[in-house]
Amino acid sequence: MYQFNYQKAGSADEAASAVTAAEDGRFLAGGMTLIPTLKQRLAQPSDLVDLAGISDLVGIEDGGDSITIKGMTRHVDVANSDVVQSKIPALASLADNIGDPQVRNRGTIGGSLANNDPAADYPAAVLGLNATVITNTREIAAEDYFDGMFTTVLEEGELITAVRFPVPEKAAYTKFPNPASRYALVGVMVAQTGGDTRVAVTGAGQDGVFRAGDIESALSGNWSADAAKGVKMSDADLNSDIHASAEYRAHLISVMASRAVTAAG
Amino acid sequence: MPTVSMTVNGKSVSAEVEPRTLLVQYLRESLGMTGTHVGCDTSQCGACVVHVNGESLKSCTMLAAQAEGADVTTIEGLANGDELHPMQEAFRENHGLQCGFCTPGMVMSALDLVQKNSDPSEQEVREWLEGNLCRCTGYHNIVKSILAGAQALKG
Ligand SMILES: Cc1cc2nc3c(=O)[nH]c(=O)nc-3n(C[C@H](O)[C@H](O)[C@H](O)COP(=O)(O)OP(=O)(O)OC[C@H]3O[C@@H](n4cnc5c(N)ncnc54)[C@H](O)[C@@H]3O)c2cc1C
Ligand code: FES
Ligand code: FES
Repeated sequence: MYQFNYQKAGSADEAASAVTAAEDGRFLAGGMTLIPTLKQRLAQPSDLVDLAGISDLVGIEDGGDSITIKGMTRHVDVANSDVVQSKIPALASLADNIGDPQVRNRGTIGGSLANNDPAADYPAAVLGLNATVITNTREIAAEDYFDGMFTTVLEEGELITAVRFPVPEKAAYTKFPNPASRYALVGVMVAQTGGDTRVAVTGAGQDGVFRAGDIESALSGNWSADAAKGVKMSDADLNSDIHASAEYRAHLISVMASRAVTAAG
Repeated sequence: MPTVSMTVNGKSVSAEVEPRTLLVQYLRESLGMTGTHVGCDTSQCGACVVHVNGESLKSCTMLAAQAEGADVTTIEGLANGDELHPMQEAFRENHGLQCGFCTPGMVMSALDLVQKNSDPSEQEVREWLEGNLCRCTGYHNIVKSILAGAQALKG
């Protein structure tokens, strides 16, 4: 690791100003992505501003027809939350299948969304459930938030304070994990919210998470596993790597979507 | 250099370290406690698992500075003198280790499982071990050890 300065922030505002003031400042949340990146010397920030201990950034609020999860809430706490389990079980189970128990004990929703790994799980939840990303300066609709692989519309020093998920009528997330890393080779969130059908795919797209419009159309008329499975996805903009070809990923999208429809009921 | 202080296995400790020092380096190099191992540099193998404030985590993926003021338990904190902790004894009894490199992480991870679920099924043990890799045993005897250790701890 290269050298850096480390400081703890007492509040979200203080953290945002510290990152902005630094030469090349970064927030430190669970560290489950940032610290491995530093260890590989893939980044060289001048300052890390630790968000741990800012109590306003932790917790889950039941808003009736929505749930708000604060930015520093850990995967394990989303997985075990009674509110999330009863209102959006698909989200609790998604969080419960991220990485391994030790990663879930540290990693946070804000860190995962800021990072926007093309194979991460939460992006599929945000896009599939049509959530709103709330920062220290504004609210960003799911549709506008993701901006390609490892890229979002967050500005320098902009802090994710919370994410608001509308409660769907039905939803389920199914992933085909890479057996070594547990990241999604393909992960699909299907949801019906206020009569709207959404299908969000992670792990597969060259530009990160995306909506599978063809499967959405098929499911809008006929919410069934067969309808999802019947859609032949194009492999045009999908990833090909040592783990899977684009063609295989295209096939997996329909299969994961159909399993998710079955799980959603 | 900043001073980082915490409690390790019940004792207060303090050392001057660079901000980039990992918790595992602090334990091994500053405190000379080499029971906690480093098996990878990708945060995947779990050889470095310790407990911080009662929960298991990878000490290679946390800065020592992030553990300021925390209560840390490592593999060295388990045995009572010459008497092994029941989970360690279960590993010995069930041939749960060969080279032993992964064992400190396996034992610390297992103890976190057992404190959350005192009577885990074989399937639950296997799923819990997602973040702990072993190059020797093929896992069968590790799973057997953890199931036996869980029963021993229930008494
Ligand atoms: C072995 C392993 C397996 C994993 N498996 C999976 C998996 O299966 N699925 C999956 O989705 N993920 C997986 N992860 C990643 C994990 O979920 C991380 O926790 C997550 O991607 C990053 O969250 P963090 O809190 O650790 O963030 P950090 O690593 O602390 O930060 C990541 C980035 O986000 C920025 N940041 C952090 N918090 C905020 C905030 N509130 N506002 C703005 N910017 C912020 C940081 O500056 C940094 O650039 C895995 C990680 C490991 C090590
Ligand atoms: S040394 Fe491999 S996970 Fe920590
Ligand atoms: S006993 Fe050798 S790595 Fe597990």
